[in-house]
Amino acid sequence: MAENGVVVRLEDVHKTYHTGEVEVHAVRGVSLEIGRGEFVAFMGSSGSGKSTLMNLLGCLDRPTEGRYLLDGDDVSGLDRDQLADIRNRKLGFVFQSFNLLARTSALENVELPLLYGESRLTNAELHARAIQVLAAVGLSGREDHHPSQLSGGQQQRVAIARALINNPEVVLADEPTGNLDSRTSTEIMDIFQKLNDRGITIVMVTHEPDIAAYAKRNIVMRDGAVQSDRAVTQRLTAESEMRKLAALP
Amino acid sequence: MRVDSTFKIAFRALRRNKLRSVLTALGIIIGVGAVIAMVSIGNGAKAQVEQQIASLGENVILIFSGSVTSSGIRTGWGNAGTLKIEDAEAIRREVPGVIAVSEEVISTSQVSAGNQNWFTRIYGESPEYFDIRKWPLSDGANFTSQDVRSANKVCVIGRTTASQVFGSESPIGQILRIKGVPFLVTGVLTAKGLSPQGTDQDDIVIMPYTSAMKRVIGGSTLRGINVQVATPNDLAPAQQQITELLRQRHNIRSGRDDDFTVRNQQEIAETATATSRVMTLLLGAIASVSLVVGGIGIMNIMLVSVTERTREIGVRLAVGAHGRDILTQFLIEAVTLSVIGGAIGILLGLGASRMLSVFAHWPTLISIPSIIAAFFVSAAVGIFFGFYPAREAARLDPIEALRYE
Repeated sequence: MAENGVVVRLEDVHKTYHTGEVEVHAVRGVSLEIGRGEFVAFMGSSGSGKSTLMNLLGCLDRPTEGRYLLDGDDVSGLDRDQLADIRNRKLGFVFQSFNLLARTSALENVELPLLYGESRLTNAELHARAIQVLAAVGLSGREDHHPSQLSGGQQQRVAIARALINNPEVVLADEPTGNLDSRTSTEIMDIFQKLNDRGITIVMVTHEPDIAAYAKRNIVMRDGAVQSDRAVTQRLTAESEMRKLAALP
Repeated sequence: MRVDSTFKIAFRALRRNKLRSVLTALGIIIGVGAVIAMVSIGNGAKAQVEQQIASLGENVILIFSGSVTSSGIRTGWGNAGTLKIEDAEAIRREVPGVIAVSEEVISTSQVSAGNQNWFTRIYGESPEYFDIRKWPLSDGANFTSQDVRSANKVCVIGRTTASQVFGSESPIGQILRIKGVPFLVTGVLTAKGLSPQGTDQDDIVIMPYTSAMKRVIGGSTLRGINVQVATPNDLAPAQQQITELLRQRHNIRSGRDDDFTVRNQQEIAETATATSRVMTLLLGAIASVSLVVGGIGIMNIMLVSVTERTREIGVRLAVGAHGRDILTQFLIEAVTLSVIGGAIGILLGLGASRMLSVFAHWPTLISIPSIIAAFFVSAAVGIFFGFYPAREAARLDPIEALRYE
């Protein structure tokens, strides 16, 4: 099990892609720890390796070198199906483009990870849990809406609910506000901050500094390595930002 | 992953694209429908031929008088007069398994009664002929062995002859003149319909073969001998023994050709049904092509569907689906399309063959095995043509799939 409340531990992780004859060193020797209950934002320009690192953290990809311990277990050597099980049990994903299933109700979208899990829930238990999680992101009463009937912010909340349904160790968010306006972005950050207050670990990739300011810790990537890693000193709270926005004429 | 949710996911995906699902299934519907309808037509034709063959009687061996070559002129079967009445008696006496023998002479003649006349076939037979051919009288009485012995001027007539010569009057007890000789009509046969060769079997006059030989046709030889054996197993040995017996009686040295021909009913039936069997195969093969085309249609749509739903597949993989789950999901979609298509196709095929027999009066015969086969073939088509797209979907890399635009 995790020692010292460390959920994510990367030890000199490398990722090299072979595209034709060119070797691309996307991540070169990253070592870091993320503790339980942290809210980390990865930043960096495109090509800095933050997306590759995110894929590694999300167990969508395996490092070419180094070790990745998730919740104390080494996951760097697992095969495709074992990684799928890890993703299902320990990780929740939130994407920039929401990635909800079209023409499928919010409820069914949220239930999706449970269908692939090992849990032996009845349909009724499944629904009850999905309804509960949807309520937690403020979408009570919209269970039967299809993604096309929901606003961008609401769709992203459905996606967050989907990420939360299996009680993951870490929620991974890849540019979660990239497709949203600033007001909706603030609302999403509000949800993240509230989830984080409840003790959920959140790792987020963003290139917007003002979004990163809602996190507790900012890691800046450059050329596949960590350039800076520091705690956020002037942390924004979404709640007060929303009050400010509301006060505007 | 739970089986029921895989099915649920697959069915939901099909429901989301109703029109596409219906159009995709249409290929299989038409394919299976065509196979069922075509095979039923072929089977119907075969059954009709078999029925006609069965009208020859059961376990029958036919012996035809052989051809002889005289001054270089070959006379053709039945005309050489190599079969004698004694040959028939020898068969009756010596060949085990034989239960009935009918000596046969055949001619055609003008017949008349009152002011009506008609050209018909004259058959000389023994009374056993009617048992061999399973051809009962509908009215009156048969001629007897006594009639045969005395060569009495009696006859029974077929339905067609009866109506042509006597109209609506009962022919029983009337006089029918054949080549000027008055014959007493003792009975009318039941209608037998067309022979496999298409001749009207009811256009006939049947009399004792002795009467025919003495009073109508002349000559002292038989055209043929009809033999009936007790069981189908007796056919081959009886045929063998008849051949040996006749060769011996006709003093044919080994190495010389027979001067007679022996055929059993199975051989005749096989020849006659060969055509319709080939037709069934041909129709089925052509229809199967449309089934394959339907399968390719499924494959095409499944490939499109996989491409279109790349992101969906990416999401499923990201939240924990195994490649196997994705494979199963797409395979179930393909098989569901093809099996539902197959089921509708079976109904369509049944309807089509029913319509053909009701409106076009084609003989059709639905065979249960062909329905079961069509069903399993359509499922197999779904698996076969669905596997490649499903495997493509299962092999997708989650990162690539999520990034797919």
